[in-house]
Amino acid sequence: MVESKILEKKLKEIEHILPQTIIDELKEKLKNLDIDEEKLNKIIDEVIREYRYVIVDPGEAVGTVAAQSIGEPSTQMTLRTFHYAGVRELNVTLGLPRLIEIVDARREPSTPIMTVYLDEEHRYDKNKAIEIARKIEYTTIENVAKTVDIDLFTNSIITVLDKEMMKDKGVSVEQIIKVLEKLKLGKIHVEGEQIRVEIPEETATISKLNKIREKIINAKIKGIKGIKRAIIQKKGDEYVIMTDGSNFAGVLNVKGVDYRRTVTNDIHEIEEVLGIEAARAAIVNEIMGVLEDQGLDVDIRHILLVADIMTRTGRVRQVGRHGVSGEKPSVLARAAFEVTVKHLLEGAARGEIDELKGVTENVIVGQIIPLGTGMVELLMKPSALKKENRER
Amino acid sequence: MRERGEHVMAEMPKRIKAIKFGLLSPDLIRKMSVTAVVTADTYDEDGLPIDGGLMDRKLGAIEPGQRCPVCGNTMGECPGHFGHLELARPVIHVGFVKTIYNLLKATCHSCGRILIPEKDVERYERLLKKLEDKWPLLARRLNDYILKKAMKTTTCPHCNAKQYKIRLEKPTTFYEERKEGVRKLTPIEVREHLEKIPDRDVKLLGLDPESARPEWMVCTVLPVPPVTVRPSIFLESGIRAEDDLTHKLADIVRINERLRENIEAGAPELIIEDLWDLLQYHVTTYFDNEVPGIPPAKHRSGRPLRTLAQRLKGKEGRFRGHLSGKRVDFSARTVISPDPNISINEVGVPLEVAKILTVPERVTPWNLEELRKAVLNGPHKWPGANYIVRPDGRRIDLRFVKDRKALAETLTVGYIVERHLKDGDIVLFNRQPSLHRMSIMAHKVKVLPGKTFRLNLAVCPPYNADFDGDEMNLHVPQSIEARGEAKTLMLVQTQILSPRYGGPIIGALQDYISGAYLLTLKTTLLTEEELMELLAVAKYEGEIPEPAILAPKKYWTGKQVLELFLPKDFNFVAKGSTCVKCDTCVYEECPYDAYLVIRKGKLLTGSLDKKAIGAQVPESMLHRLIKEYGEDYARKFLDNVFKVFLRHIEKHGFTMKLNDVIIPEEARKEISEVLREAEKRVYELIEEFKRGELEPIPGRTLEETLELRIMEVLADARDRAGEIAAKHLSKTNHAYIMAITGARGNILNLTQMAATLGQQSVRGQRIVRGYKDRTLPHFKPGDLGPAAKGFVFSSFSKGLSPVEMFFHAAGGREGLVDTAVRTSQSGYMQRRLINALQDLKVEYDGTVRLPSGAIVQFRYGEDGADPARTDHGKAVNIDRIIQKVIGT
Repeated sequence: MVESKILEKKLKEIEHILPQTIIDELKEKLKNLDIDEEKLNKIIDEVIREYRYVIVDPGEAVGTVAAQSIGEPSTQMTLRTFHYAGVRELNVTLGLPRLIEIVDARREPSTPIMTVYLDEEHRYDKNKAIEIARKIEYTTIENVAKTVDIDLFTNSIITVLDKEMMKDKGVSVEQIIKVLEKLKLGKIHVEGEQIRVEIPEETATISKLNKIREKIINAKIKGIKGIKRAIIQKKGDEYVIMTDGSNFAGVLNVKGVDYRRTVTNDIHEIEEVLGIEAARAAIVNEIMGVLEDQGLDVDIRHILLVADIMTRTGRVRQVGRHGVSGEKPSVLARAAFEVTVKHLLEGAARGEIDELKGVTENVIVGQIIPLGTGMVELLMKPSALKKENRER
Repeated sequence: MRERGEHVMAEMPKRIKAIKFGLLSPDLIRKMSVTAVVTADTYDEDGLPIDGGLMDRKLGAIEPGQRCPVCGNTMGECPGHFGHLELARPVIHVGFVKTIYNLLKATCHSCGRILIPEKDVERYERLLKKLEDKWPLLARRLNDYILKKAMKTTTCPHCNAKQYKIRLEKPTTFYEERKEGVRKLTPIEVREHLEKIPDRDVKLLGLDPESARPEWMVCTVLPVPPVTVRPSIFLESGIRAEDDLTHKLADIVRINERLRENIEAGAPELIIEDLWDLLQYHVTTYFDNEVPGIPPAKHRSGRPLRTLAQRLKGKEGRFRGHLSGKRVDFSARTVISPDPNISINEVGVPLEVAKILTVPERVTPWNLEELRKAVLNGPHKWPGANYIVRPDGRRIDLRFVKDRKALAETLTVGYIVERHLKDGDIVLFNRQPSLHRMSIMAHKVKVLPGKTFRLNLAVCPPYNADFDGDEMNLHVPQSIEARGEAKTLMLVQTQILSPRYGGPIIGALQDYISGAYLLTLKTTLLTEEELMELLAVAKYEGEIPEPAILAPKKYWTGKQVLELFLPKDFNFVAKGSTCVKCDTCVYEECPYDAYLVIRKGKLLTGSLDKKAIGAQVPESMLHRLIKEYGEDYARKFLDNVFKVFLRHIEKHGFTMKLNDVIIPEEARKEISEVLREAEKRVYELIEEFKRGELEPIPGRTLEETLELRIMEVLADARDRAGEIAAKHLSKTNHAYIMAITGARGNILNLTQMAATLGQQSVRGQRIVRGYKDRTLPHFKPGDLGPAAKGFVFSSFSKGLSPVEMFFHAAGGREGLVDTAVRTSQSGYMQRRLINALQDLKVEYDGTVRLPSGAIVQFRYGEDGADPARTDHGKAVNIDRIIQKVIGT
């Protein structure tokens, strides 16, 4: 065994050379090895040597490489929008359309989905999990009624309940009555599976009745707005809830939900609720998820860079003319991308100055681009030169 | 004079530091003008340009031999000069309508001040000054905010004048809505209003009054572009055809003259107004011929004119078509074909191409003789030369030199010879679409007979090339710096490891894999003769190992051949692709020889396959070799050892025949039994469904449930049929070998040939479309059975029935459509990604920054590691290092 004191000391020494992740891994792996100090030193030296070799070169066009590394394999992705993600009941947008959706930073994903993790108490018990799923699933009268009809003779609206659906959604007759009472529409009569709401004579015109019927149909019994469906799924040894529809803030507030792990695929929602750092992490996770699902191997560093450029201003920006590209300081770069004429005219009116610092601008004027070997500049100090000449 | 100019240019390359954008003021337009254009006519009867016309000689020299009266240069040297056109009445510039509209609404029509109280003006000015340098984006937001605020104000806080509502009727007409009624604002009135706005108020709205006074957005003078930007073309019939811009300008001049005459003659207001509107129309379409709301100006033939905005816009426009992408000399393009005998960093160049492409080489005492010989050979004999550049800058075209011998004698140090491409020259080789950096790599030239570019098969994956007619481009760098960079940064072996996933993108494919597998198979024994041949192919130099079998005859194993090329300290252990995934792995004792173990350069067990040497497979044996022994070793390995694999497969003989996918009668019976059962099960499900006994999957309708269940049953049946077929395929079957080693195809392809094709699908569903309630008239309406919805019972070897073949075609078509749509979508996404990220670079301090200096990442990728140098994403492979040091 390596003596932990020596190991600690050694690792402390190299703290400023190696990144924390490597040090941690080194610690983990060396801890249980039975080697002498000489070998330990050799291993550490070798790791440092390797790490020095692996560091990026200054001037490397990491942005272009990242864009290519994501763009090139995307030609091999499926275009099929729908895909079953383990759960047969849910449709999830995957593949190229989803990737485009993420880099576009669309306001709402085409298939919003949440993965709701539960706290210690509810996690392992299926019934308790179902209980929470029912709590967050947005349920209206429509979901549990067979029919909702207008009875013109009695000026009332008759709701025929669907016992099976009620059982499935965990709704009791009392709950429904309570909801109807809250609407304050009129007297409520319960007649077996029927609930009759008598509307007072004076408001009972046909168009009014129709409106009231709509009101009853859409009356919320329980749940969180936006969650169309909640499905229990076993993940490892715990139960999680997958939802169709997303309301991040709403679900996090539900008791029994593990708010630390629960996620949504709506990046803007994450930005609003948890902030920009979380949004960045969400972008990384979503892109990695899409690529991994398609069996494509892309280094995470490329995705980190995309996420960073999208979020660096403190809000999520689109990769495209309404975001990152449209906010570039260079007129020529913007004009060369999209909506050429608009950017030129605008640049003229504002008297903008293009400092030719980017890649496109320099390609346009036919100069060397400031990347890679093109970034090398010779700096000369005329005063020093003069001095030298004088001495000579 | 010309030569001297060139010389000076070469000595002192000028750098453009910045470009300022702005508007031309009327004064400036007049000052830079060389002539006023007064007549719409271009040429007189003799075909000579008319002075004061649109083709005035002063506007630039466009004919060969003509000298420009302004700058004295001839065609090609004269940049052209602007003229100007005095408009009889001002017109509004379409591009700035929106800006003008905002300005009119945000400023007072009587005093011209911005509609914001003086107190706030001062505050905003201070704020703006602070923001401008550091947060230009925020400054813009503030501009917008000020504008919005000013537009809301109805009474001028400076002069208390009531503000009228301004309305814009697209594209260029303004109205003022007064109590008395709506009144049209003429461009003159608009201009007067704009003139009144003081500079500091203009600044508040984000415009720069120094370079763009608002009133300049209403044109009183038009610059007439030089003829060099609108050259006339001569048709075959000798008729002169003018450029679209000239046509448009002629329209403007014509109407302008008419308007002037009418005004001078004191014509009725109505006529003048009509002509004025017409002038506005022509000027508008001159700037942009795709303005919504007005008909585009057309050519006589009915084709819309391509005016200024159209010239700039879009993929073929000036920006994307000429400025971001440029055409280049010293390039070649032809069909590619494979050549396994050249190195991966070579490219076979046809002799004919090599005689046209040239490399400028400066004469030195050391290459003088060689270059003399090249000059002597001349342009038609390889290796020769095409041009000579004398120290005074004069070029000599060797095609027209009679006495090359004399010329060769005069060659001395300081001359530049543009000699033919020869072996070893560095060139760039490219295949479109250039999706990643490995799409352009540097190769060394190898001049070969033939008319195609030749490349080693191992470099197909990075280019994504095949030989079904693909063409590729070749570029010859002309400067020493360019060649040096290409050689050290772009040569094929420097690109073996892909930055996408940190693994080799270059490696074995297809027959290389089959060959490697066959060679390293346990059963492969080689006679001395065979061994020698294989080693000769690889140019092996060294000792011959002891044969594995000594008597009755000397035999060597294939594994021994590979060992000769492995470094003596190389260790590697991994499961291969031929692994059948047994329940409990017995590692070294693997009966399938799929567990590859290499210790100290000795191949102990296992055979090579895709997972060991394949292209685009990270953490393979090949990857380890490249990482640990460097790119030069890797190149040699790919060049030499791969040839051994090929030679072995050639000697072995490797083809695929129909019998490879024919299975015995009893297996066929078994398969049809399985399929029949599945069919029965499907009909049972349908019955259940009809009786309403089917249990629905929660959240799905009954119909959807049925479909899902049927598809499950059929997919399962296909899998089982495949298993039965695979069971009966011989292990030495070539098709089977290709599938299991990963050389080409997979087991699914084999079962489709041997057993059954299975379900054909469109949009992930069984095929549903066609006639009402049925797919084809061969079926009863409402039939939900397998056959009626695109299940193909037959196999490729048996042949498909016409109906089955139809369904198969339907499924195949979807695939084609899918690819076509996908390429355009992913192409656009990649263009956007590149555009957003291209300016990022790693600085010397390890941060990732934008050109402005703003930091995007403090340490690239959080650990500063270059993905291409990582070990499949891991910066340092600690396990491997520990193993190496401890030595287990």
